[in-house]
Amino acid sequence: MAKKLMKGAEAIGEAAIRAGCRLFFGYPITPQNEIPEYLSHRLPQVGGTFVQAESEVAASNMLYGAAGTGERVFTSSSSPGISLMQEAISYMAGSQLPVVIVNIMRAGPGLGGILPAQGDYLQSTKGGGHGDYRLLVLAPNSVQEAADLVIEAFDLADYYRNPVLVVGDGLIGQMMEPVEFKDDYAPVRPLPPKTWASTGHTGGEKPRSIINSLFLDPEVLEKHNQALQAKYAEMEKNEIRYEGYGLDGDYDVLIVAYGTVARVCQTAMEELEADGVRVAMIRPISLYPYPSQAVREAAEKASGVLVVELSAGQMIEDVRLALEGRRPIHFHGRTGGMLATPEEIVDKVRRIVEGRGGKS
Amino acid sequence: MQNDVIIAGFGGQGVMLIGKMLAYAGMNQGKEVSWLPSYGPEMRGGTSNCTVVISDKPVASPVIQSPRALLAMNLPSLDKFEPRVKPGGLILINSSLIKRDAVRTDVRVLKVPANDVANELDNPKGANMVALGAYVGATRAVDVAEMEALIRKTFAAKPKLIDRNIEAFHRGYAIGEAGVK
Repeated sequence: MAKKLMKGAEAIGEAAIRAGCRLFFGYPITPQNEIPEYLSHRLPQVGGTFVQAESEVAASNMLYGAAGTGERVFTSSSSPGISLMQEAISYMAGSQLPVVIVNIMRAGPGLGGILPAQGDYLQSTKGGGHGDYRLLVLAPNSVQEAADLVIEAFDLADYYRNPVLVVGDGLIGQMMEPVEFKDDYAPVRPLPPKTWASTGHTGGEKPRSIINSLFLDPEVLEKHNQALQAKYAEMEKNEIRYEGYGLDGDYDVLIVAYGTVARVCQTAMEELEADGVRVAMIRPISLYPYPSQAVREAAEKASGVLVVELSAGQMIEDVRLALEGRRPIHFHGRTGGMLATPEEIVDKVRRIVEGRGGKS
Repeated sequence: MQNDVIIAGFGGQGVMLIGKMLAYAGMNQGKEVSWLPSYGPEMRGGTSNCTVVISDKPVASPVIQSPRALLAMNLPSLDKFEPRVKPGGLILINSSLIKRDAVRTDVRVLKVPANDVANELDNPKGANMVALGAYVGATRAVDVAEMEALIRKTFAAKPKLIDRNIEAFHRGYAIGEAGVK
């Protein structure tokens, strides 16, 4: 297919359709309304169903029910709406249901504002709901990558029988960039048949498939938890994704940033490099599992690390864990929907190089 | 090589549309592009704006703090964005509606009477096409042929508007071209 200029939100909707998703349940919220809007007219065209629920709580529980049938199911929302879904997300993780959730993050806390933010990092990666569970969390930096990752997310959800969360800031939802969808689409890995799906008892021929997260016997529940943890360990082995920028060269400062912020940092890097400042960047794409080893190895070549986020400092906690004190970590963050600018980042890196960066 | 521009005006002036058209034209001729709208809360009659980047290589930041060019369709837009234009950059002022001069002296300033030209052509809604033409004429950010093809495509449902908008675009283009000589 030829390249098409698409809004991020629309590209995400189209990606879900390309991935074979035919069921969407959601509730509107800015800045991701174009995802449900797009799917509300596209899904019926391909024989799918679009449901606008009465709330995010309802939508997320519809998602639970529909996923139990083995169908590919999808919801999208933005920060406050994702908070409302946390109970169902924990249940879906506990019941090992493959679902794809997109969070186009806006500024918080509370109702906050509608402008871009990355303040849901901890909620996304450390479990916004209760219990010991993990979501596979992917963070695109462009409209094309958002489309690609959403398609992949459906495969990963099926492969691991686990909810996959794709997080973008408001820019990912609102900006238009060229997107290309492949004509032929093959799963990223061989997918097991969904023998667990609740598709009918067929008069006793098929054992009852019970989709459940309630295990009252503590021994059974611990075994269930151990199985979940084994699954998360496999994700940590297989699903680490990141992109490096100038990591092969020599550099004094390593930037760690994800999502569109990393692109702002790229522009800053161009300016810094033109001035002879040696700087590199690592962009985590999988936020869980976090590319800790890659961040550590990249940081060890630098004398200092700068974490840039549209938050008061959330991913920085994973950078600290990865570095275990090996290098000084500096931070630049904007909140409230304000965007970090290349100029701010250039200034911050210069101050770090001059020894005036301040500690995190 | 990168061209980037903030296009700003009040709602209804078609600033989002000409921004998208620039991005489409850039993409159609093989460039990397991004179009970023302002989507924050604005009051009626306030400004709306978009940032367009057209580049030979993948677009790094789609957020441009200091644009190489500003296309200001109304006074609040000039007030807001004039201080941010890159030194040596370009400010296009819709002089039909903006009655002040630019304050900056370290940028090129081009006055484009977009509404007057559009009215002259009996195409009052085509002021944005005049402005688009002036930007393309002054920067050569995209090819004229590509833009013409795009105007045909954009207004395919309203064939009457095609030639008039192409005419408006060319009048603007001539102003843009003459202004930077």
